[in-house]
Amino acid sequence: MPKKINLSTIVAIFALIFLYLPITAVVGLSFNTSSNSLIWKGFGFDWYKNIWSNEAIVQGFQRTLFVAIVTTILSLVIGTTISIGLNKMKAGGFLRTFSTAPAIVPDLVLAIGLLTTFSMFSFNLSLLTVIIAHTAFCTAFVVAVVLARIGLIDPSIEEASTDLGASATKTLFKITIPQLMPSLTAGAVLSFTLSMDEFVIAFFTNGPETPTLPMVIYSMIRFGVTPEINVLGTLLLLVSFVGVIFAQRIGKVADSI
Amino acid sequence: MNKSGGSKSSRQLGWFWSLPGLIFLGVFAAFPVISMLLMSVLTAGRFGGVTTPFTLDNFVRATDQTFLKVILTSILIAAATAILSLLIGFPTALFISRLTRKWQIILIIAIILPYWTNFLVRTYAWLVLLNNEGIINKFLRNIGLISQPIEMLYTPFAVIIGMTYLYLPLMILPIYAALEKVDKNLVEASLDLGSSAWKSLRTVSIPLAMPGILIGLIFVFVPSMGNFVVPELLGGGKTVMIGNLVRDQFLKARDWPFGATFALVLTIILIILISIQSRVSRKVNINA
Repeated sequence: MPKKINLSTIVAIFALIFLYLPITAVVGLSFNTSSNSLIWKGFGFDWYKNIWSNEAIVQGFQRTLFVAIVTTILSLVIGTTISIGLNKMKAGGFLRTFSTAPAIVPDLVLAIGLLTTFSMFSFNLSLLTVIIAHTAFCTAFVVAVVLARIGLIDPSIEEASTDLGASATKTLFKITIPQLMPSLTAGAVLSFTLSMDEFVIAFFTNGPETPTLPMVIYSMIRFGVTPEINVLGTLLLLVSFVGVIFAQRIGKVADSI
Repeated sequence: MNKSGGSKSSRQLGWFWSLPGLIFLGVFAAFPVISMLLMSVLTAGRFGGVTTPFTLDNFVRATDQTFLKVILTSILIAAATAILSLLIGFPTALFISRLTRKWQIILIIAIILPYWTNFLVRTYAWLVLLNNEGIINKFLRNIGLISQPIEMLYTPFAVIIGMTYLYLPLMILPIYAALEKVDKNLVEASLDLGSSAWKSLRTVSIPLAMPGILIGLIFVFVPSMGNFVVPELLGGGKTVMIGNLVRDQFLKARDWPFGATFALVLTIILIILISIQSRVSRKVNINA
C-alpha cells in the first residue's frame, strides 16, 4: 500500500511544480533590469516603473476593466432574473440547458457566431459589442451558479412575506436576494474574472480602435519575449491571486451566515 | 393556497421574470451560433458574408486531404493533451482526495490559482521556458547535459505541453469531486478483503470516478481542439489546428460558409462526447 501512495504523491508533487514553475519564471524575470528579458542583468524594479508610461497597456487595462465591470452588472441582473423566473415556473431541462449553453459551447463557435451576427446586422464592432458578447457568455455562468442554490430556498418564506403585506419589490430585496447572496457573490466574481481574462470572444467581437488588455498582450507576445510582459504577467497574477483568495473568504463568510 | 391557481399564476410570474433574459440569450447566443452553423450549407458572398444557393460543396471541400489532415492533427493533439492531463491529473486528484479536509482545500486552491490567471500570460510563460535561450535549455547547458540547445519551441510537443498546462486544473477538479464522493469504506473494505492496492484502485476507485474522468477528458479535449492561440504562439504556426483554420476562414479568407463547416465539425464532436459522457455516468449511477 505505501508503494501506491508514493506514486500518486510523486505525480502530485510533479503536478504542482509543473503548474507553478512557468509562473515563477515570469515573476522572477519581471525583476530583471535587462532589456533582453531572457538575459539576467540584475535585480530591480525598472520595468515596473516603465510600464505605466506604455499607453497601449494602460489604456487597454482601463478598457478591460470597464468591460468587466459593465459585464458583471449586466450578467448578474440578467442571470438572476432568469434563475428566479425558471425556478418560479419550475422550468424543465430545456430552458435550463438553453440558459447555460453559452458556457458549454466552444468559445470559438460563440465568438464567430456573434461576429457574423453583428456584421449581418451592420453592428459596428466596438467595446459595446464586446460587452454584449461577454454578457451572453457570463450570464450562463451566473444562471448555473444561482439556479444551483435557488432550488434549495424554502418558498414558504417568500409566501409568508407576501401574506404579511410586503410588496413584491420588498420581498425581493428583503427575502429573496439576501438568501441568494452567496451565489450572487460567486456569480459576480466569476463574471468579473471571466471577462477580465477572456481573449477569444473579445478578439472576434472587438473593433480595431479599442484594443483591450488581452489584445494588447496578444500582439506583444507575437513579437516574442519582452520584459514588459513579464511585469504585466506578474501584476495580473497578483490580481487573480488576490481575487481568488478574496472570493474564498467571501464564500466562507457567506456560508457561515 | 390554491394549488392549481397558484401554479398557473406562478408560471406566468416565472415567464415575466425570465423572458427578457431568455430573449437576450436567444438573440445574442442561440441565434448567432445556430445561424453561423447553418451557413455551412450556403455559398460565400463575393465580399464576405453568405448568399444562396444552398450547397453541400463546403463539406466536399472539407474532405480534401489538406483539411482532413488539419482535422486529424487537431484530434491527435487534443487527444494527446487530454491523455497527458489524465496521467498527471488522476494520481494528483487521488492524492488530494486522501488528505485531511483542510489540506484538500489548500491544495485545490493551489490547483485552481494558476487557472484563474490570464490565459495569454500562462501561454507566454512557456515561451520563456522552452525558448532556445530559455530557462530549461540554459539549465541543461549549465549542468553540461547538452552543448546545443534542444529545439522545443515551435514543435507539436510545445503545443501539447502548453495546452496541458492550460487545462490540467479542468481535469483534476472533476476527478477530485468524483473521488471525494467515493465511500472511503468501500476502498478500505476491498483492501481488508485482501485486494491489492492496485486492484482496489482498478475495481473500486476508477469505476466510481469514471464520470469525473470523462468530464475531465471533455473539459480538456474540447477547448484544446478549438484553441488557435497555443498552436500559433508555441507551435509557431507550423501546427495548424481546426481553431486556426476557422479563424483564418473568417478573418483572412472571408469564406464564412467554409469556416462554418469546421465550426460545425467542432460542435458535432462536442455533442457526441457529451452524449457519451452522460450515458456512461447514468450507467455508473445505476450500478452504484
